[in-house]
Amino acid sequence: MRDFLREMLMIRRFEEKVEERFRAGELPGFLHVAIGQEAIAVGVCRAMEDGDIFASTHRAHAHALAGGTHPNAVMAELYGKVEGCCRGYGGSMHLYDVEHGNFGANAVIGGGLPGVTGAGLAFKLRNEPRVAVAFFGDGATNIGTFHESLNLAQLWKTKTIFVCENNHWAESTPGWQHSPVWDDMSKRALAYDMRAIKVDGQDVEAVHEAALEALEHARSGEGPVFLDVETYRMHGHFIGDPQVYRTKDDREDAAEHDPIPRLRERLGLSDDEFDELDREAHAVVDEALEFAKNGTDPRPEDALKNVYA
Amino acid sequence: MPEVTYREAVRDALAAAMRSDDGVFIMGEDIAEMGGSMGVTQGLLDEFGAERVRNTPISEMAIVGAGIGAAMAGMRPVVEIMYEDFLTLSLEQIVNQAAKHRYMSGGQVTVPLTIRTQGGAGWSPGAQHAQQLEAWLVHVPGLKVAYPSTPEDVRGMLWTSIYDDNPVVFFEHRLLYPVKGQVPDELEPIPLGKARVVREGADVTVIAIGPLVHRALEAAKQAEAEGISVEVVDPRTLQPLDEDTLVASVKKTNRAVVAHEAVTRMGFGAEVASVLQYKAFDYLDAPIERVGAKFAPLAFAPVMEQFVVPDAGDVLAAIRRTVGK
Repeated sequence: MRDFLREMLMIRRFEEKVEERFRAGELPGFLHVAIGQEAIAVGVCRAMEDGDIFASTHRAHAHALAGGTHPNAVMAELYGKVEGCCRGYGGSMHLYDVEHGNFGANAVIGGGLPGVTGAGLAFKLRNEPRVAVAFFGDGATNIGTFHESLNLAQLWKTKTIFVCENNHWAESTPGWQHSPVWDDMSKRALAYDMRAIKVDGQDVEAVHEAALEALEHARSGEGPVFLDVETYRMHGHFIGDPQVYRTKDDREDAAEHDPIPRLRERLGLSDDEFDELDREAHAVVDEALEFAKNGTDPRPEDALKNVYA
Repeated sequence: MPEVTYREAVRDALAAAMRSDDGVFIMGEDIAEMGGSMGVTQGLLDEFGAERVRNTPISEMAIVGAGIGAAMAGMRPVVEIMYEDFLTLSLEQIVNQAAKHRYMSGGQVTVPLTIRTQGGAGWSPGAQHAQQLEAWLVHVPGLKVAYPSTPEDVRGMLWTSIYDDNPVVFFEHRLLYPVKGQVPDELEPIPLGKARVVREGADVTVIAIGPLVHRALEAAKQAEAEGISVEVVDPRTLQPLDEDTLVASVKKTNRAVVAHEAVTRMGFGAEVASVLQYKAFDYLDAPIERVGAKFAPLAFAPVMEQFVVPDAGDVLAAIRRTVGK
């Protein structure tokens, strides 16, 4: 559990640094941080085994880091450097690291779900004890790829799990405005006769246990599982989002939903012990930043490479 | 050399690839027991079983997307989109996913996926079952696009597409399925990106794809009777495009007609015409003529459909214009 906390803290500090450097005008593009949702990435990725793969979303940093990509390589990618995990071709919303099972983050909502279904089909056809994991938000549950993927995965019993990070926001649109089942997404799975597990996404231990159960179910060939994870997006949709759509109370409540103090409390850490972990996290992030800033810019003409194999 | 139909040639290539590699499997709507809406995959279920010949729900995004994921996980799936009109439903997966995974990952992944589809007019299905949308796909970096016109080409190129490490959108034409042609005894892979001079001639080059290759040959025969010697060149692969062969032919004949069944406006022929005017500008003795469908959806009534879709007569008329007759 202490390792979980270490990792969640590192992700938190990483995301905070990303916000800071973006606001300072150093980072190109636009970025989405997962502050408040770290327990899902850590709980699920720590339950995965070597050979398992996952696909992520536009809010991708936490998944990539929890998946095992070195923070230096993630930060360098955000700076568009050759040392980045995609050598500058991907960026914040398209983080890949195949060696660590990351088959790619997707900037099209729901865009990765059919692919994860297909990877789970490949594992099944080859009788491999591997599972393909799809991360996505509640906003994705309204798009066609979600429904087509759940249907196909259950129909063919692919080795796939669907991790719905339900933060109750589709960008600025609240759950109650975008889905009739916004407060119980597991009903979506029910429609496809898929097993669903509900879990509190702010409790990393619970997420981890649920993920282990889901992965085991899929791995054994019994079919896909829908992980219905209730979570809380503590910050805006993107960095700089003024969140005019969100009430002051809601924003002020954010701290109550923070998974990090909760885990700290469970571990019974003293201030000194926590501060020590926090210093480590800051040091990792500072090093990543240094690494990224000193990275190499790609040659402009390299934009023409990697178009075809 | 045995004679087979275009349909049999497609089936042959699929079967051969599946026999030689366990990683090859096919999926699509109605392809198993029914053998596909065009009968292309008939018999494959018996030989390869339901695991590798997979009937899917009517679910084009998932069909293509599952193919993408399986390909990234090391398989060589061949997915079938029943009508190319329905490609539009899966376009997000083709354009944003299949075409870009390799690029966005900085070269970490490959997507060896083949997307077979068919379309084409000439049988009055109306506006949603006969479009020719190859130009949409040729516009997307990361995709290869093939459109073979003969049994020999379709067999050799489908094999190559399946073993290509890139996503290939593979167009077939409904009216070509019963067309017969000779093929080598053993399947001979045909590289993508190589055009074929179908007929040699001296006065004008017709660059045609799909069914227009056959209509161009008909037109060429008639033109010959009028004393015009026509060369017909089939690019076969639209992306990558074998510009050298096209340009060399036009430098020889000094006149060009570009012909396809798709709507002329913004069609594939526009790009070919651009390549020719740029690379063979000093050799051209006449404006490049373009032949394609008129700018309308395909009407149901046969007489209206025929009016919109180009036939051999349209090609012949274009040939005559290039030589001032």
